[in-house]
Amino acid sequence: MSDNHSRIVEVLFQGLPFTVVATLGGIALTIVLSLIAGLAMLSRSRVVRGISRTYVEIFRGTSEVVQLFWLFYALPILLGFQLVPLFAGVLVLGLNHGAYGAEIVRGAVQSVPKAQVEGAVALNFSPAQRMRRVVLPQALVEMVPPFNNLFIQLLKGTALLSFIQVQEITQRGQSLVPNFGPDLAFIYGVELVMYLVLALVITLVMRLLERLTARRVGRTPMKVGTTA
Amino acid sequence: MNWDWEFVAGAMPGILRGLLTTLEITVLGSLVAYALGLVFALVRRVPKVGVVMQAFIEFVRSTPLLVQIFAVYFLFPSAIGVRMSPFVTGVVVIGIHYACYTAEVYRAGIDAVPKGQWEAATALSLPKRRVWTSVVLPQAVPRVVPALGNYTISMFKETPLLLAIGVFDLVNAAKEEGAYAYKYVEVYTIAGLLFLLLSYPASLLVRKLERRVAHT
Amino acid sequence: MSHTPEPMVRFDGVVKRFGDNVVLDQLDFTVAPGEFVTLIGPSGSGKTTILRLLMTLERVSEGVITVGGEPLSHMRRGDRLVPADDKHLAAARRRIGMVFQQFNLFPNMSVLRNITEAPVHVLGLSPAEAEARARDLLELVGLGDRCDEHPSRLSGGQQQRVAIARALAMRPDVLLLDEVTSALDPELVAGVLDLLGDIARTTDITFLCVTHEMGFARQVSDRVMMFDHGRVIEDAPPEQLFTDPREPRTREFLQAVLDRS
Repeated sequence: MSDNHSRIVEVLFQGLPFTVVATLGGIALTIVLSLIAGLAMLSRSRVVRGISRTYVEIFRGTSEVVQLFWLFYALPILLGFQLVPLFAGVLVLGLNHGAYGAEIVRGAVQSVPKAQVEGAVALNFSPAQRMRRVVLPQALVEMVPPFNNLFIQLLKGTALLSFIQVQEITQRGQSLVPNFGPDLAFIYGVELVMYLVLALVITLVMRLLERLTARRVGRTPMKVGTTA
Repeated sequence: MNWDWEFVAGAMPGILRGLLTTLEITVLGSLVAYALGLVFALVRRVPKVGVVMQAFIEFVRSTPLLVQIFAVYFLFPSAIGVRMSPFVTGVVVIGIHYACYTAEVYRAGIDAVPKGQWEAATALSLPKRRVWTSVVLPQAVPRVVPALGNYTISMFKETPLLLAIGVFDLVNAAKEEGAYAYKYVEVYTIAGLLFLLLSYPASLLVRKLERRVAHT
Repeated sequence: MSHTPEPMVRFDGVVKRFGDNVVLDQLDFTVAPGEFVTLIGPSGSGKTTILRLLMTLERVSEGVITVGGEPLSHMRRGDRLVPADDKHLAAARRRIGMVFQQFNLFPNMSVLRNITEAPVHVLGLSPAEAEARARDLLELVGLGDRCDEHPSRLSGGQQQRVAIARALAMRPDVLLLDEVTSALDPELVAGVLDLLGDIARTTDITFLCVTHEMGFARQVSDRVMMFDHGRVIEDAPPEQLFTDPREPRTREFLQAVLDRS
């Protein structure tokens, strides 16, 4: 590897912690918001349903870039103080993907057969117990694969944080462009491979989770190639 | 702070011009994605070549669109001696990126055509191309229209990434207008509302289409 | 009963396996031109597989299938037989037509176009010729007035009539009937069977028919073959097989079918 190449790899790897922190923070916030908003959309209260629906439609209906710019450039004018870029980034990633995740949660909960709920009612479980002990564990199995896609979407979204000067991989890469003109292919090649590997890690973890949740409800996940 | 209506009135024409660019890219990018996605889906079924196609699709889907935009925009002029304008780069990269998603949509649509249809076509000795053009695709494509529509809406919301290479889209226009008077609340709120105004009704339409397709 | 030297359909030591599962086991039989042969037997005995092999929807594991003297599953290379390639299969299956249990009409085409599509694009008929042929056939199956209808607007019995017309439009030498009334409401069965009986009597098409309609089989067939576990265990004219079966297994099967209906 030439000096240039090792320098490029070094700089790009400086971005890795930021990308990872943004992804993990975003995922954590996404999970929390998805569950809250997803369950709220199934609430009996119209007000609760209305609020969660509004949140979901606003964040799904507008561009992630706009959300980021609004939070980072517009909100400080209203608040009088600036958010730390990485924090603003995590907030937008979480809020945005939480809105998509809420629909996943809602759909998965609704896909649990009605008979299961009725069975829980017959056992005199309270509504909260029904949800926690019967419905959610089964819904969880349905949620894992779409959440895998959503988290990869979120990982890809971290590149946006380069717009607000978070020193993540994409931003680091662009900072190299002026001085390493002949090595552009190498820069972008390494960058893309880094993202690819991170995406694979997410998929790997989610596959594991899929197997765990499936086993908990007594289902063996379908193996590839053994169709019924 | 006070919402400055006068400023908004002055900024609107510029922002709407940006919106027009965003819509142009969305429409052209969608056309690329619809056409190329079908090609990708069909190539995927070819032995051997299909594996390479699948790897390409997975790669594109696992890496950020923004990096792909940068890579093509900065790399292509030196690598192959073609300089594409930011606008064209945007249409091409977004189109190919989304083709990797629509390919999956087409695949599912084709797989959903019942086996009996293929068998009946075989029993009638219809030539392969005819089976595709008159039996399989006419049944598969209408079913995937809502899913394609959803990707167009996603694409619409992702076009602002192109401001990174200087495309004067809706958000870039808003940014420009806002920077001029340091009125970011107004411009980004308007940009957000414009996105919502277009994408929300569009998504309602897609949901309606979904229900209709599900019923046939 | 047939003295024709050249059978229309010949199975020579045909074996069909799905994985470890042997569905057809060293099967030998012939069908003479114009003959109507009904295949009966418990489900899973391999009857439908025979039709699917003839239609080239499945491939033989071993053995050779010949149609009209020409190998279907194989092709001649020099003086050797090698497994058929796609081109050979496409040419060989043109003499064969099939009517399916689930009709398999094309839902994206009108009734008329379901019937004209293959004659135009496979036989090379002009659209006008194909349409005239289709209209005649629709008249024959009693649906002359439903040409422009969408298939989904027809009853199951009507859809199956269209499927029969569609198969006939290709003027096949061999017509395969795969449980063509199993998916129909009981009151629609007789009409479709009558139609098929008429066609069998008035044409010289060779029929292979899988059915559970024993009355129909008895009336229309020249020969009935009883299958069990992938083998022919009895092969006789219908009067004999239905009134005085030789094999106890056949007797049991007929009794079971009789009890059910």
